Amino acid sequence: MVTGAAVATAGLSVDYGDGPALRDVSLTVPAGVIGAVVGPNGAGKSTLVKAVLGLVAPAAGRVALLGDRPQRTRHRVGYVPQRSSVDWDFPADARDVVTMGLYRELGPFRRPGRAERERALAALETVGMGHLARRQIGRLSGGQQQRVFLARALVQDPELYLLDEPLAGVDAASEAAILAVLRAERARGKTVLAVHHDLGTLRDYFDWVALLNVTLRAQGPIDAALTDEVLADTYGGRVPLPPRGPARAAGAGLEVAPAR
Amino acid sequence: MQPLLDDVAFVVTATGVLTAAAAALVGSVLVVRGQAMLTDAVSHGVVFGIAATFLVTGAVSGPVQLLGATAAGVLTVVLTQALAGSGRVRRDAATGLVFPALFAAGVLVLSLFARDVHVDTHTVLLGEIGFVWLERVPLLGLEVPRAPLVLLGVLVLDALYVLAFHERLVAGSFDPVHARLQGLRPGAASLGLLVLVALTAVAALDAVGVVLFVAFAIVPAVAARLVAGSMVGVIAVAVAAASAAAVAGYPLAVSLDVSIGGTMALLTAVPLAAASAWRLARSSA
Amino acid sequence: MAAGAVLLGVTSGALGTFAVLRRQSLVGDVMAHAALPGVVGGYLLAGERSLPAMLAGALVTGLVAAGLAWVLTHRLKVKSEAALGTGLGLGFALGVVLLSYVQRQPGAGSAGLESFLYGQAAATLRADVLVLGGVAVVGLGVATLLFGELKVATFDPVWARARGHRVALLDAGLTGLLAVAVVIGLQAVGVVLMSALVVAPAVAARQLTRSLGAMFWTAGALGGASALAGALLSAATPGLATGPVVVLVASAVAGLALLLGPERGRAAEA
Repeated sequence: MVTGAAVATAGLSVDYGDGPALRDVSLTVPAGVIGAVVGPNGAGKSTLVKAVLGLVAPAAGRVALLGDRPQRTRHRVGYVPQRSSVDWDFPADARDVVTMGLYRELGPFRRPGRAERERALAALETVGMGHLARRQIGRLSGGQQQRVFLARALVQDPELYLLDEPLAGVDAASEAAILAVLRAERARGKTVLAVHHDLGTLRDYFDWVALLNVTLRAQGPIDAALTDEVLADTYGGRVPLPPRGPARAAGAGLEVAPAR
Repeated sequence: MQPLLDDVAFVVTATGVLTAAAAALVGSVLVVRGQAMLTDAVSHGVVFGIAATFLVTGAVSGPVQLLGATAAGVLTVVLTQALAGSGRVRRDAATGLVFPALFAAGVLVLSLFARDVHVDTHTVLLGEIGFVWLERVPLLGLEVPRAPLVLLGVLVLDALYVLAFHERLVAGSFDPVHARLQGLRPGAASLGLLVLVALTAVAALDAVGVVLFVAFAIVPAVAARLVAGSMVGVIAVAVAAASAAAVAGYPLAVSLDVSIGGTMALLTAVPLAAASAWRLARSSA
Repeated sequence: MAAGAVLLGVTSGALGTFAVLRRQSLVGDVMAHAALPGVVGGYLLAGERSLPAMLAGALVTGLVAAGLAWVLTHRLKVKSEAALGTGLGLGFALGVVLLSYVQRQPGAGSAGLESFLYGQAAATLRADVLVLGGVAVVGLGVATLLFGELKVATFDPVWARARGHRVALLDAGLTGLLAVAVVIGLQAVGVVLMSALVVAPAVAARQLTRSLGAMFWTAGALGGASALAGALLSAATPGLATGPVVVLVASAVAGLALLLGPERGRAAEA
């Protein structure tokens, strides 16, 4: 496997019992990109993320995360899971959730103190949520919740960000804030890999892409890898794609919704 | 015929079989729909109805009691749904809040006001299947024990309803895509099912009490679901397994001198073990 | 007796916080009902009424029943509610059988055992309070010591695992804490109603608090108060079981909190 890659898999297969979720995926995500993983529903995108993090055991193949076994390196990854993975009716405010990102540093017995809460607040400011730090998370909008999750990853100062559909169902302001943060992190030398749901914004937001539908259909820099043939192959002929070119005027609330 | 109805062993066993079969019948539908714990909520809620009806009317048995207790069972589920629907409490916590509260209220009323009457907190919990042959009603010139008679009627009602509506009741439950449907499904058929579950719980109370009813309703159905792939198949296997446990339970309990109802309920573990072993063997083959 | 009631109420109420947030109220109910055979078994093994033996037995059979439900769900693909109902039904049935066995034996042991059905706080001996205190210290101690870890494992277990927290271990620990919460109250509240004392205070506390720590201690306080009130009220009426009274008090508190609680009650929406 290629060293120096942020994520590398070789012949990765994952089986959930009622059919393969991933089959023979050999992925190499170079360091320093803002990469996207796209594919139709059920393509195994979330499974890929979980396998990369070592959260599911592969039926075959190997995974290298930041050059080593996931169990060893995953604490250096900022994982931003889907919003739906959590019950937001939990007694905590935004700052609480972000502070949880520091618990591992503190160890099992130490309580977070002022310093930790300050760091959490700073991360929230970075995603534009400083004024909502004390708001109960159940009262936040979807986009705001997503930003809290991102802040939780930020506070770890990870080398790699792994995000699962970070922009799905998110308002324009949140989307802009999230993108700004990801770009800033890439400028600091970090790598970003996101499962992305919207082909329409792919070219604007990402510079690297992997197309997945149980098997890996293509991977590489966006301009090279994203061809009509590959898209048709990945999406089985029903490609939800608007005309080429910028499809969203960010912040103005104007969008050309992809045909879904 | 009368000698048979006077034979304790026969009456107790028959009561057990009728209880187990009726419970397994409605239990099968609930288990397949993913609503198994409704039986727990309903059977506990029924006790509140018994207590309330007794307070209001002084009746300890009879149609008024049947009505009041059944209504309370249904009310328990409706209240739970309302609470969960409010969004402030998740479904499991709503369930674990409503039916214990109602049950506690019922038990309290019974222990304070119904001391001298035969319905007591002990019977309500554990049943007294060994004594069901005592209370009799005249029917067609015979002296028929009341409890099994009521159970027979309830069993027939359950069977007719379930066999008539089973497709509608479990639509999608066998289809893996739709198998994720959870929660109480709206519709008249579902309400009818709920009423029958409550009615069955009331009828079973005298025999086996509140909690053992849950065992008869759920365990045989779980076993059946492991081996049968259609609703009718599940019902058939569940009822057969439950009845077998009841039949075997009586002589075993008598010989060991332990609780009859408890032994019958415990024996439902046997078909479950068998079905599990079969299923495990099949999946590794 | 009052001390015992407060100890068990605080412990169950506080530890119930995690059960409710993890949506495991039902597991608590299973553990409580399935504790019956363990209580009787502990009595039989000890040869006499020994609270430590009976509580240990309760812990074992409660965990076994939960384990059975787990095996049914994960190995045999049984739906979770049905699996839990199986554990509850079979566990209680076994308990009923064992209880009836003891009742047929000569000796007065069964009276004490029967009080485990609906609970009898008045049966708490001075020595029992020490046992309850010990259990409370262990349960609350572990929870407070590992509070942060339990918090992340409860809120976002998948993320926590990716972050490097030992979620599998914490899950096991949380299950153990639930078992402790259930078992500690069995003598006073009984197997049939104990789960409500684990659930109601936490539900009430959720309506009144904004952080997990606050919810934890509020639930403990409310649980302790309910248990105390119930114990005192039931002691005032001879022959009245404690469990129903405690549960009614705790449920009433939860009902009030749901209606009036500032966090998510009517007042918050006004």
